[in-house]
Amino acid sequence: MNLYAYGVAGWLLLVGAFGVVRSANLVHAVVSLSVAQSGTYVLLLCVGYQRAAGAPVFGSTLRPSTRVTDPVVQAMTLTDIVVSATVTALLLATAVQVHKQQGTVDPNRLSALKG
Amino acid sequence: MSSRGRLALFLLGAAGVAVLFATAFLGMPAFGSEDHPYRDLAVPAAVRHATANVVSSVNFDQRGIDTFGEETIVLGSVIGVAALLRPAQRESEQRPPPDRHRLESTTLLGYVLLPVTLVVGLDVVAHGHVSPGGGFQGGVILATGFHLLYLAGSYQALARLRPVEIFDRGEALGAGLFGVLGAAGLAATGAFLANVIPTGSFGQLFSGGTVPVLNVLVGLEVSCGAVVLLTHFFTEAITLSVGGRRERGGGT
Repeated sequence: MNLYAYGVAGWLLLVGAFGVVRSANLVHAVVSLSVAQSGTYVLLLCVGYQRAAGAPVFGSTLRPSTRVTDPVVQAMTLTDIVVSATVTALLLATAVQVHKQQGTVDPNRLSALKG
Repeated sequence: MSSRGRLALFLLGAAGVAVLFATAFLGMPAFGSEDHPYRDLAVPAAVRHATANVVSSVNFDQRGIDTFGEETIVLGSVIGVAALLRPAQRESEQRPPPDRHRLESTTLLGYVLLPVTLVVGLDVVAHGHVSPGGGFQGGVILATGFHLLYLAGSYQALARLRPVEIFDRGEALGAGLFGVLGAAGLAATGAFLANVIPTGSFGQLFSGGTVPVLNVLVGLEVSCGAVVLLTHFFTEAITLSVGGRRERGGGT
């Protein structure tokens, strides 16, 4: 059980990369990349997890003296998600342009780079 | 490279990565253990500045300059999409096609959820320092709320509600004022984005010093940025026509 969560993170990264390799559609490749990136979210949250600890948001029920999970990696996960969203937007815009220029979004049918 | 060769190369690489992962994971501190040195430093720092949501404190106070960079990435990606999707010379803008039929239940649900979503978005932005949430999350909720109008009503309704020039300026304002507040910290204490506003009392709406202000600015920037971003995709898909593009199509 101790390695299970880390295993999920590694599995997501590899299965996302597999999707990119096997992709026959640029939109599918972009989504596969998002799957691979979500492996890093799981990894970061695993690193910061502590058993029987609360979320790092204090309030009337959770006093600052209680044990919480690591907020630093959670903040980095947020950064990670933002970067993933921006990368997805740019790649999808590129896919639109590729379709416009080449008439296809199948990476196997894109033969040469054109300016 | 053939499909089979590419797969073989991938499997070889994936096996290597898997071995490296397994080695690294076995050498890491046990899952769920007590050992979190960064947590032990970040929590007292957040409590000192009366920020109940420690994640917000890390993002907007302790690592504020990183978040400034992160916000700039959002701005950069919106500009990048605008540049990539700018209309080419052979494209002409045309009136959007008449709307397809929508289920009445979809319309009703959309119009009911539109104000609810906007209020939830504002709430998530405004309470980002005392409860889970913040500018990035709330900004995305706000942008989603605007686009319910497209799902429930029509593209024309969305276009009327969404004067892109105003959202363009809102985005620039959010990103710019973040830098201004950072410079204020630099002038007052000698550290960029230092927490210069009185921090108030723990858990209250007015607490955390600059954290709620920066949350609002990021919320403005992200919601406007997401609206502008989606506008470019909408324009590309709905109102632009290219000679022959529709016929050529296919290739999916």
